Amino acid sequence: MNDRALWPVLRQAGGKDPLALGAAAKSQKTADWKARINDAKVVKSICPYCAVGCGQKVFVKDEKIVQIEGDPDSPISRGRLCPKGSATLSLVQSPLREYNVKYRRPYGTRWEDLPLERAMEMIADRVLKTRRETWEAKDEEGNTLNRCYGIAHLGGATLDNEENYLMKKIYTALGVVQVENQARL
Amino acid sequence: MGTSFGRGGATTFQQDLQHSDCIVIMGSNMAENHPVGFQWVMEARERGAQVIHVDPRFTRTSAVATKHVPIRAGSDIAFLGGIIHYILENERAFKEYVVNYTNASVILREDFKDSEDLDGFFSGWHADTNGYTFETWQYKDMDMHGSAGQREDHSLLAKVPAFSQKVDALKNGEPPHMDKTLQDPRCVYQVLKRHYARYTPETVARICGTEPQHVIDVAEALCANSGRERTSAFCYSVAWTQHTTGVQTIRGAAIIQLLLGNIGRPGGGILALRGHASIQGSTDIPTLFNLLPGYVPMPHAHAHDGLKDFIQSEGAKTGYWGNMDKYIVSLLKAWFGERATEKNDFCFDLLPRISGDHSTYRSIMGMLDGKVKGFFCIGENPAVGSANSGLHRRAMANLEWLVVRDFSEIESASFWYDAPEIETGELRTESIPTEVFWMPAAAHTEKDGSFTNTQRLLQWHHKAVEPQGDARSDLWFYYHLGKRIREKIAQQQEPFSDPVAFLTWNYPEKGETADPDAQAVLREINGWDASGKALSDYNALKADGSTACGCWIYCGCFKDEVNQTARRKPGSEQSWVAPEWAWAWPANRRIIYNRASADPQGKPWSERKKYVWWDDEIGGWTGHDVPDFNKTKRPDYTPETGAKAEDAIAGWHPFIMQDDGLGWLFVPAGIVDGPLPVYYEPHESPVKNPLYSQQANPCRQEFPRTFNESNPSPSDAHGNVFPFVLHTYRLTEHHTAGGMSRTVPRLSELQPEFFCEVSPELAQMRGLVHGDWAMIFTARAVVEARVMVTDRVKPMRVEGKTLHSVGLPYHWGSRGLVTGDSANDLLSITLDPNVHIQETKGLTCDIIAGRRPRGADVPGFLNAVRTRAHLDGRT
Repeated sequence: MNDRALWPVLRQAGGKDPLALGAAAKSQKTADWKARINDAKVVKSICPYCAVGCGQKVFVKDEKIVQIEGDPDSPISRGRLCPKGSATLSLVQSPLREYNVKYRRPYGTRWEDLPLERAMEMIADRVLKTRRETWEAKDEEGNTLNRCYGIAHLGGATLDNEENYLMKKIYTALGVVQVENQARL
Repeated sequence: MGTSFGRGGATTFQQDLQHSDCIVIMGSNMAENHPVGFQWVMEARERGAQVIHVDPRFTRTSAVATKHVPIRAGSDIAFLGGIIHYILENERAFKEYVVNYTNASVILREDFKDSEDLDGFFSGWHADTNGYTFETWQYKDMDMHGSAGQREDHSLLAKVPAFSQKVDALKNGEPPHMDKTLQDPRCVYQVLKRHYARYTPETVARICGTEPQHVIDVAEALCANSGRERTSAFCYSVAWTQHTTGVQTIRGAAIIQLLLGNIGRPGGGILALRGHASIQGSTDIPTLFNLLPGYVPMPHAHAHDGLKDFIQSEGAKTGYWGNMDKYIVSLLKAWFGERATEKNDFCFDLLPRISGDHSTYRSIMGMLDGKVKGFFCIGENPAVGSANSGLHRRAMANLEWLVVRDFSEIESASFWYDAPEIETGELRTESIPTEVFWMPAAAHTEKDGSFTNTQRLLQWHHKAVEPQGDARSDLWFYYHLGKRIREKIAQQQEPFSDPVAFLTWNYPEKGETADPDAQAVLREINGWDASGKALSDYNALKADGSTACGCWIYCGCFKDEVNQTARRKPGSEQSWVAPEWAWAWPANRRIIYNRASADPQGKPWSERKKYVWWDDEIGGWTGHDVPDFNKTKRPDYTPETGAKAEDAIAGWHPFIMQDDGLGWLFVPAGIVDGPLPVYYEPHESPVKNPLYSQQANPCRQEFPRTFNESNPSPSDAHGNVFPFVLHTYRLTEHHTAGGMSRTVPRLSELQPEFFCEVSPELAQMRGLVHGDWAMIFTARAVVEARVMVTDRVKPMRVEGKTLHSVGLPYHWGSRGLVTGDSANDLLSITLDPNVHIQETKGLTCDIIAGRRPRGADVPGFLNAVRTRAHLDGRT
């Protein structure tokens, strides 16, 4: 590190790096620079876009995501990400993301605020009311149906398996049969 | 693929493409839509493989392929038929594979009539119900079952009761009548030969708008790169599925790959490239109306609908579906716990019954008709992303209540004040009754869980940070909604409340938000034995209620109490199969049907294509992958006549899910629109079907109603009002309806504007100027887009006529950082009869220069268009 003490121009002229593209251009200051992912916790993840299933490394500092990169360990992606996968940080921190429940009453002309707990309570009531009103016990020939025909579901296919499982389980128990997802589209 | 091989999943994994000697990419723009997976195609090319891209457009996939063949959108079945014709006429099939591993030698019934005999129909057609009955498609003296999950639709669409089967007819593991010389005129091989006799290179070229030599070149490349020493692979995506003939197109590829001996072998297979992180997972654990987890069918409304009847009619007696009782009982135990006992049929009666098609497009019709009142829209944006999205907006404006969960306020949440129909005056905010709950969702970085990727691989993602504000995972939402509903049901009188009350619904809660433990849910999916220990694979399942398992094909993902899906041994420290990275269904097998990678005696077909083989010393199957076969079943194992389930599968039959263990060139059951693919024109087409007087798939599902009118085709009067072919597609920088890309600054900057791709010839014809505006219209809608004139799109000569096409990426809507009209507004809802998927590739349209009419002028413009086409509100 002796040469760090000299002026850059002297390092360039006198050292082994006449073009100043390597050692001659370095200083104590640049040596002290750290990547923003330094000291960040690495959480292993999977890209949420297409079904290639690229590995992602999520870097977390102070409970905040600071970077998302490809995971070189993945035998499928070998560290690569496409334009969408590379933009994952912008996805999860999109300026358009919103974090509070919004409510539009029937025939309403504007959004209203609604506490999350209240929304959950209202949705549970709506489900049971529609279930009651549209319950089909038997068909015309007397065959058992035991279903609720007034509720339908359409889900995306970036949901987790565990989420799909709980959905299918509760809907089936409620008698909701019109349960569908993006795979149909 | 389920119908041909037995399981509805890719037969291989992406990394294995590097070992292909020839890769045909068709119905897919893999380089742009699956760029990172495409590296394995490039690896193969570096090693000298041929890469062939068959596609209407010249894309970045074509640019790096060794050959690009342009064909007309929707003509894939004809092109694949040309390849099959070439293989059969020149006797290029892999004879030993075909005779032993496929149903080529099976003799069919005398009364089966082919579409060549009946001008586009098979025997069993009923014009009154627009559907087939299937008896005549069966093997002689033996009735087969379709692979589960696909069989129920039969009885629905053809409106006939499910027939009882006689699979006991297997004689020592083989169908009763076979001709292994393949000479009998009633054997599948000869039926196939006659069926494809007319698909000559010349005829196919005429239909597809290509050169006969292209057909020959592709067929020859495949033949030359198949056999003992070499293997070829197919890759496809939604440009195959999104047709009224989608399933039959995939069947075409399956026939080719079976004839050439490319299934179950390294470098071979058919890779379905799926577009969403867990689209495979959402059919495995289905949020689909007709399935229960693991492709077990939903029960139907029948007079005899007990558990025994269900197992009897839905489970095959031979092959792995012979264990249907174990799968369904273990599922019921997972759902209803101690309440499910042998005495009460394990609560089977608590499941709702389906009766017909309840798919999402049917639900939309239900909303319009006022029958469907409540709608959950979870991470999905039908107001932009579904075919005829305008109809979806009208439907959602007729609901009582709607729950939308997403990252931002997408068009499906905001339609009540900013839908295009508000601007035209057709809808008024003050008149829309829909109560809307918009709820913020957590991102994948904010929750634990697993995705199942395109190669059946379950990969766990760990939570990195807590979601902010009211944002929650969907797991949280459904778990807590379920909890509330269960509390209410315990206190108030509700119809048929037992299934909800009996449900096992206790998951450990974590953290301040009481998030349910996703790993506990995965463990339930995996299942446990009587002592509560996690099961290690599906062979351990029991039908007596002593095991519980939420999805039998996922059994083993929590083996040894370890979350196998979270395994991350670096790829660089393993073979290319990487068996210790995550976990694949079934039983961590990466290439399925891999028994076929060895010859009938169990030896590798060649040193070069060695994968799984029989080892006499250890007395079992071994190799680079987990054998997709009973590990100790000898290659010469001959079942006793009358054997059940897997015991009935001979040691030389690799397709263990099928009743007979064979790959199905000819599908005797499990498909509604024919045992073999037939070339039909798309539902809307500017061309008359050159092969049959039947124009389009006679079984396709139509929804004739206002706002879903069909453009007339040439056999109709005014078939020339919409002269151009319309097809939609995706861009690298966007994701479907834009909810995950139009909200992202960098992606929006890269692809800011809706555009249409047209050839210089069409541009000249219609006065379209590169960079200016054009309006594109159908009977449903009119949209405007920037004009992109490019010779990547070429006019085609079809049946002596020059055919032009208009290509549209479909990502835009009225909200987000970049906005534009939605291409999906143009589409009609017309579906494949097997899987109810809509046709988005190969419809018709017209295009003219300039901006579209605005506001109240839109309905007038469209009415004039419809009048010109003589539609008058009908189809």
